[in-house]
Amino acid sequence: MGLISNGSTIFDAGSMSAGFGGSMVFIKKLTASSSATLSFVHGASGVVLDNTYKEYVFTFNNIHAATDAADFTVNFRDGGTAYDATKTTTFFLANHGENDTNNFEYTSSKDLAEGTGVQSIGRRPGNDADQSSSGMLHLYDPSNTTFVKHFSSRVNSYLDSDFTEECYVAGYINVTAAIDGVQFKMASGNIDSGDICLYGIA
Amino acid sequence: MTVISNGTNLINNGTLDSGVATGKMTLIKTLTASSSATLSFVDGASSVVLDGTYDSYVFKCINIHPATDNVSFQINFRDGGTNYDATKTTTFFRAFHTEADATGFGYATAVDLAQSTSSQTINWNLGNGNDESGCSTIQLFNPSSTTFVKHFIVRSTDYGEDNSIGDRFIAGYCNVTTAIDGVQFSFSSGNIDSGVIKLYGIGG
Repeated sequence: MGLISNGSTIFDAGSMSAGFGGSMVFIKKLTASSSATLSFVHGASGVVLDNTYKEYVFTFNNIHAATDAADFTVNFRDGGTAYDATKTTTFFLANHGENDTNNFEYTSSKDLAEGTGVQSIGRRPGNDADQSSSGMLHLYDPSNTTFVKHFSSRVNSYLDSDFTEECYVAGYINVTAAIDGVQFKMASGNIDSGDICLYGIA
Repeated sequence: MTVISNGTNLINNGTLDSGVATGKMTLIKTLTASSSATLSFVDGASSVVLDGTYDSYVFKCINIHPATDNVSFQINFRDGGTNYDATKTTTFFRAFHTEADATGFGYATAVDLAQSTSSQTINWNLGNGNDESGCSTIQLFNPSSTTFVKHFIVRSTDYGEDNSIGDRFIAGYCNVTTAIDGVQFSFSSGNIDSGVIKLYGIGG
């Protein structure tokens, strides 16, 4: 049954029509519990990651690493089951220690040039009880089969060395196949706790 | 009345069913400055929600105009008491470009914080000319956590007193494991002459 008011379809086929209920639409929340990976795959477990939206936003809330100083990373899948899409990226950071020393740099050891490996988006978060990473990643038009897929992220972390550090990453996935899965994990060890939410921007 | 479509409950007992996908950026509160010394958002007061209801909170500061020339618009947090003095460690870098075509880009040690209880600068050296103001977006993550520090991320732009655009990138954490239940905005000197600050909840 649909619900139509003044000629506008508000509900149909069990969901609200586009244009109602706001433009930032919650899709899925994954909560880590000693998790090796957290993966968002189109069509699985209620995840939408196709041309329904032109932009997707992942938010990271207190991602806590099991292993000290292991980078928080992302990778993408482009048709197969492996998360190994080719990427070219930039990576720069600003950090400031509780001891009042700071650093602002481009970090060539963390960028990728046509790499298929994971992309670090949060560098060296600590695993003390109160240490974590929070931030967001924007992925644009993942199902486009003409263009590469752009993404950008900002993640702030409480480092193992008691610094605040914000990492800025941007790049493109250098494929014209659709991106239908996004996976997050630590460079070493599990994601002890934290949650990642996926939103579609209508 | 219950509205059911395709076997799915959409509306029942006057509310949307929790399974219906809706917008997840919810306006909580708008404060408008009028020669205000401070603008404060306190959980539980004046309909403000700043607790575990939402995963994160976004403040949008629109055309913040100072009464005094060459001052900084700033933010601080309260962590249980009535004072806005939570300990913070932060980073600050910026790009600027003057109308006379001078530019700069780099880290600014003058306005970062290392374990400080002072306010964090958001707009730096803001002008008070009639057409001068600052705008910013601040995202505060999980303020009610009693396990983790509280991360926040800021981007702001300002029309400086030297007739320049400043693009500011700020981030850091409140280095406390008590809940943050209040956020206050002020100028380093003088009142907030005018401007609007909106608080949104994200997710939930």
